[in-house]
Amino acid sequence: MELYMSITIGVLFTIGVYLLLSKSLLRIILGTSFLTHGVHLLLLTMSKLKTGAPPLLGEEAQSYTDPLPQALILTSIVISFGVTSFLLVLAYKSYQKLGTDDMEKLREDTE
Amino acid sequence: MSAIHVIITLPFLLAICIPLFKKVWPGIHMGWFMLPLPIALFAYLINLIPVVMGGGVFHYSLPWIPSLGVEFTVLLDGLSLLFGLLISGIGSLVVLYSVFYLDKQKENLARFYVYLMLFIGAMLGLVLSDNLMVLYGFWELTSISSFLLIAFWNKRERSRYGALKSLTITVCGGLAMFAGFVLLYIMTGTFSIKELIADFSAISGHDLFIPAMLLVLLGAFTKSAQFPFHIWLPDAMEAPTPVSAYLHSATMVKAGIYLVARLSPLFAGSSIWLWAVSGIGLLTLAYGSYRAIKQTDLKALLAFSTISQLGLIMSLFGIGSAAAFYVGTSQYEFFTIATAAAIFHLINHAVFKGALFMVVGIVDHGTGTRDIRKLGGLMAVMPVTFTIALLGSFSMAGIPPFGGFLSKEMFFTAMLNIREMSFASMDTWGALFPVVAWVASVFTFAYSLLVVFRTFGGKSQFHQLEKEPHEAPLGLLISPLVLASLVVVIGFFPNLLSHSLIEPAMAAVYPFGLQPNESFVVHIEMWHGFTTELFMTIGVAVIGIAIFFLHRRFAWVNEPMELNVSLNSLYDHSLKGLDSGASWFTRNYMTGSIRHYLIYIFLFLTAALGLNLFLAGDITLKMDDFAPISFYEAVIITALVLSAIAVPFVNSRLMAIILTGMSGYMVTLFFVIFRAPDLALTQMIVETVSVALFLLCFYHLPNLKKEVVKRKIKLWNIGIAVSVGVVMTLVSLSVSGSRKFDSISHFFIENSYKLAGGKNVVNVILVDFRGFDTLLEVVVLGIASFGIYALIKMRGEENALNSQDQFGFKLDIYGGIRSNDVILRTISRFAVGMILLYSLYLFYMGHHHPGGGFIGGLMASAALLLYAIAVGMERFEKTVPVDFKRMTGIGILIAVITGMGSFLFKAPFLSQTFGYFDIPLIGELELATATLFDLGVYLTVIGVASTILFTIGRDK
Repeated sequence: MELYMSITIGVLFTIGVYLLLSKSLLRIILGTSFLTHGVHLLLLTMSKLKTGAPPLLGEEAQSYTDPLPQALILTSIVISFGVTSFLLVLAYKSYQKLGTDDMEKLREDTE
Repeated sequence: MSAIHVIITLPFLLAICIPLFKKVWPGIHMGWFMLPLPIALFAYLINLIPVVMGGGVFHYSLPWIPSLGVEFTVLLDGLSLLFGLLISGIGSLVVLYSVFYLDKQKENLARFYVYLMLFIGAMLGLVLSDNLMVLYGFWELTSISSFLLIAFWNKRERSRYGALKSLTITVCGGLAMFAGFVLLYIMTGTFSIKELIADFSAISGHDLFIPAMLLVLLGAFTKSAQFPFHIWLPDAMEAPTPVSAYLHSATMVKAGIYLVARLSPLFAGSSIWLWAVSGIGLLTLAYGSYRAIKQTDLKALLAFSTISQLGLIMSLFGIGSAAAFYVGTSQYEFFTIATAAAIFHLINHAVFKGALFMVVGIVDHGTGTRDIRKLGGLMAVMPVTFTIALLGSFSMAGIPPFGGFLSKEMFFTAMLNIREMSFASMDTWGALFPVVAWVASVFTFAYSLLVVFRTFGGKSQFHQLEKEPHEAPLGLLISPLVLASLVVVIGFFPNLLSHSLIEPAMAAVYPFGLQPNESFVVHIEMWHGFTTELFMTIGVAVIGIAIFFLHRRFAWVNEPMELNVSLNSLYDHSLKGLDSGASWFTRNYMTGSIRHYLIYIFLFLTAALGLNLFLAGDITLKMDDFAPISFYEAVIITALVLSAIAVPFVNSRLMAIILTGMSGYMVTLFFVIFRAPDLALTQMIVETVSVALFLLCFYHLPNLKKEVVKRKIKLWNIGIAVSVGVVMTLVSLSVSGSRKFDSISHFFIENSYKLAGGKNVVNVILVDFRGFDTLLEVVVLGIASFGIYALIKMRGEENALNSQDQFGFKLDIYGGIRSNDVILRTISRFAVGMILLYSLYLFYMGHHHPGGGFIGGLMASAALLLYAIAVGMERFEKTVPVDFKRMTGIGILIAVITGMGSFLFKAPFLSQTFGYFDIPLIGELELATATLFDLGVYLTVIGVASTILFTIGRDK
């Protein structure tokens, strides 16, 4: 399982980075989403997959999965929601003002 | 805090008060407010002379950064006292002079005196510090205040050039000196000069001894304008004349000399020190005096003369250090004569050069020019000024009976004494020293005559002048008159100084040479009999006068030097080259293209991570204890990978958004499989809300175009993306294949219920163990939502694209395109209430079961969104009259107040507690402060998410 997960993480990172490098603002924002997914799965994979019950002590299990990465990921999910929405608004506002969402053209305009 | 500390602080305090004086008494010349301070300091220091003469040393310490060995320690001994007197004494005269020199109406006096007070404070701090780091700080502060004063007339291009040049050179030197100090610290573990000197034998054999010494010397030489770093001093003459007289002749440029004298006990006894200090000093002396006779501007002439005289003093200190080789022998005192001469000449130079600079200022004021080719014959119209100039120049030339003659004689004695040295190749090369010294003295004699007789003697040519020349007002004459009379007094009664100032200063330079009860005896006499020195002086006078008369006749003496390759052009070109090189380099990598910046980041990331993994040998592919993969998991992985890979290929926004959402849901499924119920819930709601968000913004963004890029760029992008992916895969495999250290997670699992009374460990970590992180996280979210609000409410410019026209229909999604779906509208009314109730349940149960503030909050805002879509914004605002921005604020406030509640129990911020209470009807109930904190999070998240969603939705 870890092997496949690792490959999946690699794919998510590849797609994320590739989208980030493109010219369209929307693609760049989608790229950040993929990067985030990749990071979350990476954090989760680091803590050994499937080694116990969910970290709810009411379950009375022998062992629990690692709660720490879960707490980290939970924080990250919410933050990345904030970041994504901010980026989206920034993107369409700059499109309304400048008339293009092409990063290269935006750069030329400033010069 | 001792009196010495107060002395250093007072000028800074006075500088702070200057704006106040300006406000309250605008009609009074600012200089009058400044004048009492240097006079008071001078008087105070004069009072200390008897104590210091008796061998007293003031040493007080104020702790500052003890862990780094930096303490604000002050030390007042003979050497510091001498410099302190020079700074405050000349300072008083210069302030008085400036009152009459700088016009109250035309100049920005407040600024001038702030800089000047800054300088006085810094300079006093420099000579009174015992700690090298503090000394360094004051050292740089003198450079900065000098920079500000040179550029006082900042409208002039030459002023700015001169200021920058002096700053560049002295600060570079200062940095080198700083490095030298650090090396000294490495060797000894102390920054205290006193302790360093006491410990000097421990470092003299150390490997770092020579580097430290050379670095310190670099600082001293740049500050004291020694060859080849002297080039900044002539350009610094753009400063107002009082500044030139004060900083660039009497005090600041002597800081380098002070440092050499101060650290001499540490480094003397090294032949490199002896050679470097005396050699460079002598070279500077000769070069400066030769350049001086080439100048036509009086101030430039005095600048080169200053350079040359600084070289003289420097070389004397160098030769004086040779005494360290003779400690305990009869020849010891023989070589200390050089140091006595150095200290004596230091005082003489400050006096006569101060007077001469002030004279030049008066001439400039009275005639409008400083060019000696235009001047002449002023003797008749400016008799007082002429007298002052005559006294100053004769002292500088070394003509009896003035102070300069005495120190010049001692200088010759010291130079001739070199012949007696029998080490460090001095016996071979030592004979050169008196020769060079004699030649330089000839030039000195000649330019001294030039200053006074080309200006005041000869034929008058007043028609060439801008102004009708006239004698200066009395106020302008007081300061130079005081200095000129000092020249005479020192000449006739040199021993006034020898016991009170020179001997205590020598005791500071030579702390080891004498027995406890001995003291230096310096006796200065006018007449020694027919000695070699006297004949040398006569020779200097004869040849000097000859050069003075040749000066007019022969062009080669007169012509200013115009060299193609000069130190100045070297400086200019290297500065220009540095400038254009830096901007070329910056232009080429700071392109403004986000893609380029991302490429740098990713390349660095792959290189750093990959290289480290490789070097540490951490790439393991051990798959023994990997978990097996089931059919469902395989399906999810395939779906995730396929949806991700498809995104770059689609050209429809809708398709891209849906595919992204799909991969998000697949990740949610992973969370379910990997037993992370909280994550699964959160991800599910966030993904839903995100897709809605994308769709909201979707209207405002153009459709995706097929990316038309060059093949090369595309290949680069693919290459970088794949390399990042590969490295991440390797990281993931290596981490899961081996574990180098234990996780700290077991602490949370063990203590979650014991310490925090919660069974949902993830939630307990968020609201209790790591509550501070969460608090700041919701603050960040709040900021993001306000940022979005501000962006959208920002007033668009006229030429902004009007999206309404472009699409041809109204964009209020909630109001404009009202949902026609009756089923949705009917069901949503019931569903919304149920979802909201469920969100409360999720929030409340979060402590023990999956859920919590984040999840509940997101769920609630998703419900609100659904309702808004179903009934339209107008109706929504009527039924839910909530200001979500305020809700965000209230939420954060609740969280913060909960955290502060722990202060009541004298516990640190955000300490949570819990207890069990028996409540009638309900039964036993657990109440935890963490729940209150979580309520803050819950409200904030609702506020944030709703603010974002509804602001975007309402945007037109």
